[in-house]
Amino acid sequence: MLFLLDFSPIKPDLGLILWSTIIFLLFWGLIGKTAFGPIKDALKKRESDIQDALDEAKKARQEMANLKAENEELLAQAREERTKILKEAKEIKEGIITEARVKAKEDAKKIVIDAKEQIENQKMAAMIEIKNSVGTMALEIAEKVIKKELQGNAAQEQFVNTLVKDIKLN
Amino acid sequence: MRQFFSILVCFFSFSFFAFGQDGHDDHSNDGNHEGGAYIETIGECHIPHDDPNVFNPGKTAFHHISDQNVYSIGPLQIPLPCILYGHGGKGLEMFSSSKFHADYHGNGEYAYNQYVLFEGSVRRVQDPSFPKGALELGHHRVYGKDVKVEGAKDKFQIFVCYDGKEWACDNKSTLDGGLFGGGMTSFTDFSLTKNVVTMLIIFIFLAWLFTKIAKMYKQREGQAPTGIQGFIEPVFLFIQDEVAKPFLGHKWEKFLPLLMALFFFILALNLFGQVPFFGGSNVTGNLSFTLVIAVIAFIITNINGNGHYWQHIFSMPGIPGWVKVIVTPVEIMGMFIKPLTLMLRLFGNITAGHMVIVIFVGLIFIFGQNGANPGAAWGTTIGSTLLTIFMMAIELLVAFIQAFVFTILTASYIGAATEEAHDH
Repeated sequence: MLFLLDFSPIKPDLGLILWSTIIFLLFWGLIGKTAFGPIKDALKKRESDIQDALDEAKKARQEMANLKAENEELLAQAREERTKILKEAKEIKEGIITEARVKAKEDAKKIVIDAKEQIENQKMAAMIEIKNSVGTMALEIAEKVIKKELQGNAAQEQFVNTLVKDIKLN
Repeated sequence: MRQFFSILVCFFSFSFFAFGQDGHDDHSNDGNHEGGAYIETIGECHIPHDDPNVFNPGKTAFHHISDQNVYSIGPLQIPLPCILYGHGGKGLEMFSSSKFHADYHGNGEYAYNQYVLFEGSVRRVQDPSFPKGALELGHHRVYGKDVKVEGAKDKFQIFVCYDGKEWACDNKSTLDGGLFGGGMTSFTDFSLTKNVVTMLIIFIFLAWLFTKIAKMYKQREGQAPTGIQGFIEPVFLFIQDEVAKPFLGHKWEKFLPLLMALFFFILALNLFGQVPFFGGSNVTGNLSFTLVIAVIAFIITNINGNGHYWQHIFSMPGIPGWVKVIVTPVEIMGMFIKPLTLMLRLFGNITAGHMVIVIFVGLIFIFGQNGANPGAAWGTTIGSTLLTIFMMAIELLVAFIQAFVFTILTASYIGAATEEAHDH
Protein backbone atom coordinates (compact mmCIF):
# COMPACT_ATOMS: atom_id res chain seq x y z
CA MET A 1 0.00 0.00 0.00
CA LEU A 2 2.92 2.34 0.74
CA PHE A 3 4.09 2.55 -2.83
CA LEU A 4 0.58 2.78 -4.18
CA LEU A 5 0.56 6.26 -2.69
CA ASP A 6 3.30 7.28 -5.10
CA PHE A 7 6.10 8.28 -2.73
CA SER A 8 7.91 10.18 -5.43
CA PRO A 9 10.77 11.83 -3.48
CA ILE A 10 12.48 8.48 -3.12
CA LYS A 11 12.54 7.75 -6.84
CA PRO A 12 15.74 9.00 -8.46
CA ASP A 13 14.47 11.27 -11.18
CA LEU A 14 16.70 11.73 -14.22
CA GLY A 15 15.72 15.35 -14.79
CA LEU A 16 16.22 16.35 -11.19
CA ILE A 17 19.54 14.50 -11.05
CA LEU A 18 20.73 16.31 -14.14
CA TRP A 19 19.71 19.73 -12.89
CA SER A 20 21.03 19.09 -9.38
CA THR A 21 24.38 18.07 -10.82
CA ILE A 22 24.60 21.10 -13.09
CA ILE A 23 23.52 23.57 -10.43
CA PHE A 24 25.66 22.12 -7.67
CA LEU A 25 28.79 21.85 -9.83
CA LEU A 26 28.21 25.39 -11.04
CA PHE A 27 27.80 26.58 -7.48
CA TRP A 28 30.92 24.77 -6.34
CA GLY A 29 33.00 25.92 -9.28
CA LEU A 30 31.78 29.47 -9.56
CA ILE A 31 31.27 30.46 -5.94
CA GLY A 32 34.24 28.39 -4.83
CA LYS A 33 36.44 30.34 -7.20
CA THR A 34 34.96 33.82 -6.84
CA ALA A 35 33.91 33.84 -3.21
CA PHE A 36 34.97 30.95 -0.98
CA GLY A 37 38.58 31.07 -2.15
CA PRO A 38 39.01 34.84 -1.78
CA ILE A 39 37.19 34.84 1.58
CA LYS A 40 39.47 32.07 2.80
CA ASP A 41 42.54 33.97 1.58
CA ALA A 42 41.35 37.20 3.18
CA LEU A 43 40.70 35.44 6.47
CA LYS A 44 44.07 33.73 6.32
CA LYS A 45 45.81 36.99 5.59
CA ARG A 46 43.99 38.73 8.40
CA GLU A 47 44.88 35.92 10.76
CA SER A 48 48.55 36.15 9.90
CA ASP A 49 48.38 39.96 10.13
CA ILE A 50 46.92 39.73 13.60
CA GLN A 51 49.56 37.18 14.59
CA ASP A 52 52.29 39.41 13.20
CA ALA A 53 50.91 42.41 15.04
CA LEU A 54 50.77 40.46 18.27
CA ASP A 55 54.30 39.16 17.79
CA GLU A 56 55.51 42.65 17.04
CA ALA A 57 53.82 44.04 20.11
CA LYS A 58 55.42 41.32 22.18
CA LYS A 59 58.79 42.13 20.68
CA ALA A 60 58.31 45.84 21.31
CA ARG A 61 57.32 45.10 24.88
CA GLN A 62 60.43 42.99 25.30
CA GLU A 63 62.53 45.79 23.87
CA MET A 64 60.88 48.29 26.16
CA ALA A 65 61.62 46.08 29.13
CA ASN A 66 65.23 45.76 28.03
CA LEU A 67 65.49 49.50 27.55
CA LYS A 68 64.02 50.12 30.96
CA ALA A 69 66.46 47.76 32.60
CA GLU A 70 69.29 49.48 30.80
CA ASN A 71 68.03 52.87 31.88
CA GLU A 72 67.79 51.75 35.43
CA GLU A 73 71.31 50.45 35.35
CA LEU A 74 72.49 53.70 33.89
CA LEU A 75 70.60 55.61 36.50
CA ALA A 76 72.07 53.52 39.26
CA GLN A 77 75.51 54.09 37.82
CA ALA A 78 74.91 57.81 37.60
CA ARG A 79 73.69 57.88 41.15
CA GLU A 80 76.74 56.06 42.33
CA GLU A 81 78.99 58.40 40.43
CA ARG A 82 77.20 61.39 41.85
CA THR A 83 77.71 60.06 45.33
CA LYS A 84 81.35 59.51 44.59
CA ILE A 85 81.76 62.96 43.13
CA LEU A 86 80.01 64.53 46.06
CA LYS A 87 82.19 62.67 48.45
CA GLU A 88 85.31 63.73 46.63
CA ALA A 89 84.14 67.30 46.52
CA LYS A 90 83.53 67.25 50.21
CA GLU A 91 86.96 65.90 50.85
CA ILE A 92 88.52 68.51 48.62
CA LYS A 93 86.53 71.22 50.32
CA GLU A 94 87.64 70.10 53.72
CA GLY A 95 91.23 69.90 52.55
CA ILE A 96 91.06 73.41 51.13
CA ILE A 97 89.53 74.78 54.29
CA THR A 98 92.14 73.12 56.49
CA GLU A 99 94.95 74.29 54.28
CA ALA A 100 93.58 77.80 54.20
CA ARG A 101 93.30 77.85 57.96
CA VAL A 102 96.86 76.69 58.43
CA LYS A 103 98.17 79.14 55.93
CA ALA A 104 96.21 81.99 57.47
CA LYS A 105 97.64 81.12 60.88
CA GLU A 106 101.16 81.06 59.49
CA ASP A 107 100.63 84.33 57.67
CA ALA A 108 99.26 85.96 60.75
CA LYS A 109 102.23 84.74 62.78
CA LYS A 110 104.61 86.01 60.17
CA ILE A 111 102.90 89.37 60.05
CA VAL A 112 103.08 89.62 63.80
CA ILE A 113 106.79 88.75 63.79
CA ASP A 114 107.47 91.23 61.01
CA ALA A 115 105.54 93.88 62.84
CA LYS A 116 107.50 93.18 66.05
CA GLU A 117 110.77 93.37 64.19
CA GLN A 118 109.83 96.59 62.56
CA ILE A 119 108.67 98.05 65.84
CA GLU A 120 112.02 97.03 67.36
CA ASN A 121 113.91 98.60 64.48
CA GLN A 122 111.89 101.77 64.66
CA LYS A 123 112.41 101.84 68.38
CA MET A 124 116.20 101.43 67.93
CA ALA A 125 116.26 104.12 65.29
CA ALA A 126 114.26 106.39 67.51
CA MET A 127 116.61 105.66 70.43
CA ILE A 128 119.66 106.41 68.38
CA GLU A 129 118.08 109.60 67.17
CA ILE A 130 117.11 110.55 70.70
CA LYS A 131 120.64 109.72 71.92
CA ASN A 132 122.09 111.80 69.16
CA SER A 133 119.71 114.67 69.86
CA VAL A 134 120.31 114.46 73.61
CA GLY A 135 124.06 114.37 72.97
CA THR A 136 123.88 117.34 70.67
CA MET A 137 121.65 119.17 73.14
CA ALA A 138 123.93 118.29 76.01
CA LEU A 139 126.90 119.44 73.97
CA GLU A 140 125.21 122.64 73.12
CA ILE A 141 124.29 123.13 76.78
CA ALA A 142 127.67 122.16 77.84
CA GLU A 143 129.19 124.45 75.25
CA LYS A 144 127.16 127.31 76.56
CA VAL A 145 127.97 126.36 80.15
CA ILE A 146 131.53 125.81 79.39
CA LYS A 147 131.74 129.00 77.40
CA LYS A 148 130.41 130.81 80.36
CA GLU A 149 132.45 128.89 82.98
CA LEU A 150 135.55 128.58 81.00
CA GLN A 151 135.84 132.14 81.02
CA GLY A 152 136.54 131.73 84.62
CA ASN A 153 137.00 128.26 85.98
CA ALA A 154 139.22 125.57 84.55
CA ALA A 155 138.25 123.06 87.28
CA GLN A 156 134.57 123.27 86.34
CA GLU A 157 135.36 122.64 82.83
CA GLN A 158 137.02 119.47 83.80
CA PHE A 159 134.09 118.36 85.86
CA VAL A 160 131.68 118.93 83.05
CA ASN A 161 133.67 116.74 80.87
CA THR A 162 133.52 113.98 83.40
CA LEU A 163 129.79 114.39 83.60
CA VAL A 164 129.38 114.14 79.88
CA LYS A 165 131.38 111.03 80.02
CA ASP A 166 129.03 109.62 82.61
CA ILE A 167 125.95 110.10 80.39
CA LYS A 168 125.63 106.67 79.03
CA LEU A 169 123.38 105.76 76.30
CA ASN A 170 121.74 102.72 77.49
CA MET B 1 10.73 35.93 19.19
CA ARG B 2 7.21 37.27 19.55
CA GLN B 3 7.23 38.13 15.88
CA PHE B 4 8.34 34.66 14.96
CA PHE B 5 5.54 33.22 17.07
CA SER B 6 2.89 35.34 15.42
CA ILE B 7 4.19 34.36 11.98
CA LEU B 8 3.85 30.74 12.97
CA VAL B 9 0.32 31.23 14.24
CA CYS B 10 -0.56 32.99 11.00
CA PHE B 11 0.92 30.15 9.04
CA PHE B 12 -1.09 27.51 10.84
CA SER B 13 -4.33 29.39 10.71
CA PHE B 14 -3.68 29.78 6.99
CA SER B 15 -3.00 26.08 6.63
CA PHE B 16 -6.23 25.34 8.40
CA PHE B 17 -8.06 27.69 6.11
CA ALA B 18 -6.46 26.09 3.08
CA PHE B 19 -7.36 22.56 4.11
CA GLY B 20 -10.85 23.74 4.95
CA GLN B 21 -11.20 25.11 1.46
CA ASP B 22 -10.15 21.73 0.20
CA GLY B 23 -13.12 20.06 1.78
CA HIS B 24 -15.45 22.80 0.69
CA ASP B 25 -14.45 22.43 -2.95
CA ASP B 26 -15.21 18.74 -2.90
CA HIS B 27 -18.64 19.37 -1.47
CA SER B 28 -19.66 21.96 -4.02
CA ASN B 29 -18.52 19.85 -6.97
CA ASP B 30 -20.45 16.81 -5.94
CA GLY B 31 -23.54 18.47 -4.64
CA ASN B 32 -25.77 15.53 -5.46
CA HIS B 33 -23.81 13.26 -3.15
CA GLU B 34 -24.16 13.11 0.59
CA GLY B 35 -20.47 12.44 1.28
CA GLY B 36 -18.70 9.11 1.19
CA ALA B 37 -16.40 7.77 -1.50
CA TYR B 38 -18.12 7.04 -4.78
CA ILE B 39 -17.37 6.21 -8.40
CA GLU B 40 -18.43 8.68 -11.07
CA THR B 41 -19.16 6.97 -14.37
CA ILE B 42 -18.85 8.80 -17.69
CA GLY B 43 -19.09 6.45 -20.66
CA GLU B 44 -16.46 3.81 -20.02
CA CYS B 45 -14.72 5.92 -17.37
CA HIS B 46 -15.01 5.00 -13.72
CA ILE B 47 -13.61 7.98 -11.84
CA PRO B 48 -13.11 7.42 -8.12
CA HIS B 49 -13.89 10.34 -5.80
CA ASP B 50 -12.47 10.42 -2.30
CA ASP B 51 -14.79 10.61 0.66
CA PRO B 52 -14.66 14.33 1.54
CA ASN B 53 -15.18 13.45 5.20
CA VAL B 54 -12.12 11.20 5.31
CA PHE B 55 -8.75 12.80 5.50
CA ASN B 56 -5.89 10.76 4.11
CA PRO B 57 -2.78 11.97 5.98
CA GLY B 58 -0.33 9.78 4.06
CA LYS B 59 -1.50 10.96 0.70
CA THR B 60 -1.51 14.60 1.80
CA ALA B 61 1.99 14.31 3.23
CA PHE B 62 3.40 12.59 0.14
CA HIS B 63 1.74 15.16 -2.07
CA HIS B 64 3.27 18.01 -0.07
CA ILE B 65 6.84 16.73 -0.16
CA SER B 66 6.92 15.62 -3.79
CA ASP B 67 8.53 17.51 -6.64
CA GLN B 68 6.04 19.12 -9.00
CA ASN B 69 5.75 20.81 -12.36
CA VAL B 70 3.86 23.71 -10.81
CA TYR B 71 4.94 25.88 -7.91
CA SER B 72 2.00 26.17 -5.56
CA ILE B 73 1.99 28.93 -2.99
CA GLY B 74 -1.29 28.75 -1.10
CA PRO B 75 -4.09 28.75 -3.69
CA LEU B 76 -1.68 30.05 -6.34
CA GLN B 77 -0.41 27.61 -8.98
CA ILE B 78 2.62 29.22 -10.59
CA PRO B 79 3.33 27.51 -13.94
CA LEU B 80 6.87 26.28 -14.59
CA PRO B 81 8.62 25.41 -17.85
CA CYS B 82 8.17 21.79 -18.92
CA ILE B 83 11.01 20.15 -20.83
CA LEU B 84 9.85 16.66 -21.73
CA TYR B 85 11.70 14.04 -23.69
CA GLY B 86 9.41 11.41 -25.18
CA HIS B 87 11.08 8.07 -25.83
CA GLY B 88 10.43 6.20 -29.04
CA GLY B 89 11.08 9.05 -31.42
CA LYS B 90 8.72 11.57 -29.89
CA GLY B 91 11.52 13.95 -29.15
CA LEU B 92 11.99 16.96 -26.93
CA GLU B 93 9.10 19.28 -26.15
CA MET B 94 9.13 22.53 -24.26
CA PHE B 95 6.08 24.37 -23.02
CA SER B 96 4.76 26.05 -19.92
CA SER B 97 2.83 23.96 -17.42
CA SER B 98 0.13 26.64 -17.57
CA LYS B 99 -1.08 24.71 -20.65
CA PHE B 100 -2.53 22.12 -18.23
CA HIS B 101 -4.66 24.67 -16.33
CA ALA B 102 -3.94 23.02 -13.00
CA ASP B 103 -6.70 23.09 -10.40
CA TYR B 104 -6.23 23.45 -6.67
CA HIS B 105 -4.92 19.90 -6.30
CA GLY B 106 -2.47 20.32 -9.15
CA ASN B 107 -4.60 18.20 -11.47
CA GLY B 108 -4.65 19.49 -15.03
CA GLU B 109 -7.98 20.33 -16.61
CA TYR B 110 -6.36 20.23 -20.04
CA ALA B 111 -4.18 17.71 -21.82
CA TYR B 112 -1.35 19.00 -23.98
CA ASN B 113 0.40 16.98 -26.69
CA GLN B 114 -0.57 13.72 -24.98
CA TYR B 115 0.75 14.95 -21.63
CA VAL B 116 -1.49 15.46 -18.59
CA LEU B 117 -0.89 16.77 -15.10
CA PHE B 118 -1.75 14.66 -12.05
CA GLU B 119 -1.09 16.09 -8.58
CA GLY B 120 1.32 18.63 -9.99
CA SER B 121 3.36 16.08 -11.87
CA VAL B 122 3.41 15.47 -15.63
CA ARG B 123 2.22 12.08 -17.00
CA ARG B 124 2.04 10.84 -20.53
CA VAL B 125 -0.88 9.04 -22.15
CA GLN B 126 0.37 5.62 -23.24
CA ASP B 127 -1.85 5.25 -26.32
CA PRO B 128 -0.29 7.08 -29.29
CA SER B 129 -3.76 7.51 -30.81
CA PHE B 130 -4.65 10.06 -28.09
CA PRO B 131 -5.18 13.41 -29.84
CA LYS B 132 -2.31 15.92 -29.81
CA GLY B 133 -2.48 19.61 -29.03
CA ALA B 134 -4.46 21.22 -26.23
CA LEU B 135 -7.56 19.30 -25.20
CA GLU B 136 -10.08 20.38 -22.61
CA LEU B 137 -10.75 17.52 -20.20
CA GLY B 138 -12.77 19.18 -17.45
CA HIS B 139 -12.46 19.02 -13.69
CA HIS B 140 -11.21 15.84 -12.05
CA ARG B 141 -10.70 13.96 -15.29
CA VAL B 142 -7.13 12.90 -14.44
CA TYR B 143 -7.22 10.40 -11.62
CA GLY B 144 -5.42 7.45 -10.15
CA LYS B 145 -6.73 4.10 -9.05
CA ASP B 146 -5.41 0.69 -8.16
CA VAL B 147 -5.52 -1.83 -10.99
CA LYS B 148 -5.09 -5.56 -10.78
CA VAL B 149 -1.91 -6.94 -12.25
CA GLU B 150 -1.73 -10.64 -13.14
CA GLY B 151 0.46 -12.49 -10.67
CA ALA B 152 1.66 -9.35 -8.89
CA LYS B 153 0.58 -6.73 -6.40
CA ASP B 154 -2.01 -4.13 -7.31
CA LYS B 155 -0.61 -1.16 -9.20
CA PHE B 156 -1.54 2.48 -8.79
CA GLN B 157 -2.25 3.66 -12.32
CA ILE B 158 -3.02 7.15 -13.55
CA PHE B 159 -5.88 7.49 -16.04
CA VAL B 160 -7.30 10.31 -18.02
CA CYS B 161 -10.98 10.32 -18.99
CA TYR B 162 -11.46 11.76 -22.44
CA ASP B 163 -14.21 11.23 -24.95
CA GLY B 164 -15.89 8.72 -22.64
CA LYS B 165 -12.83 6.50 -22.66
CA GLU B 166 -10.24 5.71 -19.99
CA TRP B 167 -6.66 6.23 -21.17
CA ALA B 168 -3.85 4.79 -19.08
CA CYS B 169 -0.91 7.15 -18.40
CA ASP B 170 2.78 6.63 -17.69
CA ASN B 171 4.69 8.28 -14.87
CA LYS B 172 7.98 9.94 -15.76
CA SER B 173 11.06 7.73 -15.94
CA THR B 174 12.94 7.13 -12.72
CA LEU B 175 16.19 5.29 -12.11
CA ASP B 176 15.05 2.99 -9.31
CA GLY B 177 14.48 0.10 -11.72
CA GLY B 178 11.08 -0.69 -10.27
CA LEU B 179 12.42 -0.91 -6.72
CA PHE B 180 10.19 1.89 -5.45
CA GLY B 181 7.43 1.42 -8.05
CA GLY B 182 9.15 3.50 -10.74
CA GLY B 183 11.36 2.63 -13.68
CA MET B 184 11.92 3.62 -17.27
CA THR B 185 8.71 4.63 -19.05
CA SER B 186 7.75 6.35 -22.27
CA PHE B 187 9.18 9.75 -21.33
CA THR B 188 11.73 11.57 -19.19
CA ASP B 189 11.04 14.83 -17.45
CA PHE B 190 13.86 17.38 -17.68
CA SER B 191 11.57 20.22 -16.61
CA LEU B 192 12.50 23.10 -14.39
CA THR B 193 10.39 21.65 -11.62
CA LYS B 194 9.66 23.22 -8.25
CA ASN B 195 12.85 21.69 -6.83
CA VAL B 196 14.98 22.86 -9.75
CA VAL B 197 13.56 26.37 -9.50
CA THR B 198 14.22 26.34 -5.76
CA MET B 199 17.81 25.31 -6.39
CA LEU B 200 18.18 28.10 -8.94
CA ILE B 201 16.77 30.65 -6.49
CA ILE B 202 19.15 29.43 -3.79
CA PHE B 203 22.04 29.41 -6.24
CA ILE B 204 21.38 32.99 -7.27
CA PHE B 205 20.85 34.12 -3.70
CA LEU B 206 24.02 32.48 -2.40
CA ALA B 207 26.01 33.67 -5.40
CA TRP B 208 24.89 37.23 -4.72
CA LEU B 209 25.50 36.90 -0.99
CA PHE B 210 28.97 35.39 -1.16
CA THR B 211 30.19 37.58 -4.00
CA LYS B 212 29.12 40.56 -1.95
CA ILE B 213 30.88 39.23 1.13
CA ALA B 214 34.03 38.45 -0.84
CA LYS B 215 33.95 42.01 -2.17
CA MET B 216 33.60 43.34 1.37
CA TYR B 217 36.69 41.41 2.40
CA LYS B 218 38.58 42.98 -0.46
CA GLN B 219 37.35 46.52 0.16
CA ARG B 220 37.63 46.43 3.92
CA GLU B 221 41.01 44.74 4.09
CA GLY B 222 42.55 44.93 7.54
CA GLN B 223 39.31 46.07 9.13
CA ALA B 224 36.87 44.31 11.43
CA PRO B 225 33.95 42.61 9.65
CA THR B 226 30.58 44.35 9.63
CA GLY B 227 27.01 43.60 8.64
CA ILE B 228 26.36 40.46 6.66
CA GLN B 229 30.10 39.79 6.55
CA GLY B 230 30.18 39.57 10.33
CA PHE B 231 27.13 37.34 10.28
CA ILE B 232 28.58 34.77 7.89
CA GLU B 233 32.19 34.90 9.10
CA PRO B 234 31.71 32.85 12.30
CA VAL B 235 29.89 30.16 10.32
CA PHE B 236 32.59 30.19 7.66
CA LEU B 237 35.33 30.01 10.27
CA PHE B 238 33.49 27.24 12.09
CA ILE B 239 33.48 25.06 8.98
CA GLN B 240 37.05 26.04 8.20
CA ASP B 241 38.52 25.52 11.66
CA GLU B 242 36.33 22.74 13.05
CA VAL B 243 35.70 20.72 9.89
CA ALA B 244 38.26 21.35 7.18
CA LYS B 245 41.46 21.79 9.21
CA PRO B 246 41.10 18.91 11.70
CA PHE B 247 40.10 16.34 9.09
CA LEU B 248 42.13 17.35 6.08
CA GLY B 249 45.39 18.46 7.68
CA HIS B 250 47.60 20.56 5.46
CA LYS B 251 45.43 19.84 2.40
CA TRP B 252 42.46 21.70 3.83
CA GLU B 253 42.68 24.61 1.42
CA LYS B 254 42.21 22.39 -1.61
CA PHE B 255 38.92 20.96 -0.38
CA LEU B 256 37.56 24.01 1.41
CA PRO B 257 35.46 25.29 -1.54
CA LEU B 258 33.73 21.90 -1.84
CA LEU B 259 32.98 21.74 1.88
CA MET B 260 31.70 25.31 1.93
CA ALA B 261 29.57 24.70 -1.15
CA LEU B 262 28.10 21.56 0.41
CA PHE B 263 27.42 23.19 3.74
CA PHE B 264 25.90 26.43 2.55
CA PHE B 265 23.94 24.88 -0.32
CA ILE B 266 22.40 22.18 1.89
CA LEU B 267 21.77 24.62 4.72
CA ALA B 268 20.10 27.19 2.48
CA LEU B 269 17.91 24.53 0.85
CA ASN B 270 16.99 23.04 4.24
CA LEU B 271 16.00 26.45 5.57
CA PHE B 272 14.20 27.51 2.40
CA GLY B 273 12.10 24.35 2.58
CA GLN B 274 10.85 25.41 5.99
CA VAL B 275 9.71 28.90 5.10
CA PRO B 276 5.95 28.98 5.60
CA PHE B 277 3.90 30.23 2.61
CA PHE B 278 6.72 29.46 0.24
CA GLY B 279 5.55 26.18 -1.18
CA GLY B 280 7.66 24.13 1.22
CA SER B 281 10.18 23.02 -1.38
CA ASN B 282 11.67 19.72 -0.38
CA VAL B 283 14.93 19.62 -2.30
CA THR B 284 17.20 18.16 0.38
CA GLY B 285 14.39 15.72 1.20
CA ASN B 286 14.47 14.38 -2.33
CA LEU B 287 16.62 11.35 -2.97
CA SER B 288 17.65 12.61 -6.42
CA PHE B 289 19.36 15.62 -4.93
CA THR B 290 21.02 13.81 -2.03
CA LEU B 291 22.13 11.15 -4.51
CA VAL B 292 23.91 13.78 -6.60
CA ILE B 293 25.81 15.34 -3.73
CA ALA B 294 26.63 11.95 -2.22
CA VAL B 295 27.99 10.77 -5.57
CA ILE B 296 30.08 13.94 -5.84
CA ALA B 297 31.44 13.28 -2.34
CA PHE B 298 32.16 9.67 -3.36
CA ILE B 299 33.98 10.69 -6.53
CA ILE B 300 36.05 13.37 -4.81
CA THR B 301 36.97 10.93 -2.04
CA ASN B 302 38.09 8.19 -4.39
CA ILE B 303 39.91 10.22 -7.02
CA ASN B 304 41.94 11.79 -4.23
CA GLY B 305 42.54 8.48 -2.49
CA ASN B 306 46.26 7.74 -2.17
CA GLY B 307 48.08 4.44 -2.23
CA HIS B 308 47.76 4.14 1.49
CA TYR B 309 43.96 4.35 1.20
CA TRP B 310 43.70 1.77 -1.56
CA GLN B 311 46.08 -0.55 0.27
CA HIS B 312 43.82 -0.39 3.30
CA ILE B 313 40.86 -1.38 1.18
CA PHE B 314 42.32 -4.18 -0.89
CA SER B 315 45.02 -5.52 1.38
CA MET B 316 44.79 -4.29 4.92
CA PRO B 317 48.34 -4.33 6.27
CA GLY B 318 49.19 -6.17 9.45
CA ILE B 319 46.54 -8.86 9.35
CA PRO B 320 46.88 -12.51 8.24
CA GLY B 321 45.85 -13.52 4.72
CA TRP B 322 42.75 -15.46 5.65
CA VAL B 323 41.32 -12.49 7.56
CA LYS B 324 41.84 -10.35 4.46
CA VAL B 325 39.38 -12.57 2.68
CA ILE B 326 36.74 -11.25 5.05
CA VAL B 327 38.05 -7.71 5.53
CA THR B 328 38.53 -6.81 1.86
CA PRO B 329 34.89 -7.34 0.82
CA VAL B 330 33.77 -5.42 3.90
CA GLU B 331 36.12 -2.54 3.03
CA ILE B 332 34.89 -2.49 -0.56
CA MET B 333 31.32 -2.45 0.66
CA GLY B 334 32.24 0.33 3.07
CA MET B 335 33.46 2.43 0.16
CA PHE B 336 29.93 2.47 -1.20
CA ILE B 337 28.05 2.39 2.07
CA LYS B 338 29.63 5.65 3.18
CA PRO B 339 28.08 7.79 0.41
CA LEU B 340 24.91 5.71 0.65
CA THR B 341 24.47 6.68 4.29
CA LEU B 342 25.24 10.30 3.43
CA MET B 343 22.48 10.20 0.84
CA LEU B 344 19.90 8.47 3.03
CA ARG B 345 20.62 10.42 6.22
CA LEU B 346 19.95 13.81 4.71
CA PHE B 347 16.98 12.55 2.69
CA GLY B 348 15.43 10.79 5.69
CA ASN B 349 15.86 13.62 8.15
CA ILE B 350 14.44 16.34 5.96
CA THR B 351 11.62 14.24 4.52
CA ALA B 352 10.61 13.02 7.96
CA GLY B 353 10.57 16.55 9.33
CA HIS B 354 8.36 17.81 6.52
CA MET B 355 6.02 14.86 6.84
CA VAL B 356 5.67 15.20 10.59
CA ILE B 357 4.68 18.84 10.20
CA VAL B 358 2.11 18.02 7.52
CA ILE B 359 0.72 15.24 9.67
CA PHE B 360 0.55 17.39 12.81
CA VAL B 361 -1.46 19.94 10.85
CA GLY B 362 -3.42 17.02 9.39
CA LEU B 363 -4.46 15.96 12.90
CA ILE B 364 -6.88 18.88 12.86
CA PHE B 365 -8.71 17.33 9.92
CA ILE B 366 -8.59 13.82 11.31
CA PHE B 367 -10.14 14.83 14.63
CA GLY B 368 -12.39 17.43 13.04
CA GLN B 369 -13.55 14.78 10.59
CA ASN B 370 -12.55 17.00 7.69
CA GLY B 371 -14.87 19.86 8.62
CA ALA B 372 -17.80 17.82 9.98
CA ASN B 373 -16.82 18.46 13.58
CA PRO B 374 -15.57 22.07 13.88
CA GLY B 375 -15.40 21.93 17.68
CA ALA B 376 -12.95 19.08 17.67
CA ALA B 377 -11.04 20.77 14.84
CA TRP B 378 -10.59 23.98 16.83
CA GLY B 379 -9.63 22.00 19.90
CA THR B 380 -7.05 20.02 18.01
CA THR B 381 -5.75 23.21 16.40
CA ILE B 382 -4.39 24.35 19.74
CA GLY B 383 -2.53 21.12 20.49
CA SER B 384 -1.47 20.65 16.92
CA THR B 385 -0.13 24.23 16.66
CA LEU B 386 1.95 23.74 19.78
CA LEU B 387 3.27 20.43 18.50
CA THR B 388 4.05 21.96 15.12
CA ILE B 389 5.87 24.91 16.67
CA PHE B 390 7.94 22.46 18.65
CA MET B 391 8.58 20.39 15.54
CA MET B 392 9.52 23.46 13.49
CA ALA B 393 12.01 24.48 16.16
CA ILE B 394 13.53 21.02 15.97
CA GLU B 395 13.48 21.19 12.18
CA LEU B 396 15.39 24.46 12.35
CA LEU B 397 18.01 22.69 14.42
CA VAL B 398 17.98 19.70 12.07
CA ALA B 399 18.55 22.01 9.10
CA PHE B 400 21.85 23.12 10.61
CA ILE B 401 22.81 19.75 12.04
CA GLN B 402 22.24 17.84 8.82
CA ALA B 403 24.12 20.38 6.72
CA PHE B 404 26.96 20.20 9.23
CA VAL B 405 26.88 16.40 9.48
CA PHE B 406 26.99 15.99 5.71
CA THR B 407 29.93 18.37 5.50
CA ILE B 408 31.91 16.91 8.39
CA LEU B 409 31.41 13.33 7.17
CA THR B 410 32.46 14.26 3.65
CA ALA B 411 35.53 15.94 5.14
CA SER B 412 36.30 12.86 7.22
CA TYR B 413 35.97 10.52 4.21
CA ILE B 414 38.24 12.72 2.11
CA GLY B 415 40.58 13.06 5.07
CA ALA B 416 40.78 9.29 5.48
CA ALA B 417 41.44 8.82 1.78
CA THR B 418 44.21 11.41 1.61
CA GLU B 419 45.84 10.63 4.94
CA GLU B 420 49.56 9.96 4.76
CA ALA B 421 50.82 6.53 5.80
CA HIS B 422 51.65 6.17 9.45
CA ASP B 423 53.08 3.37 11.57
CA HIS B 424 50.77 0.83 13.13
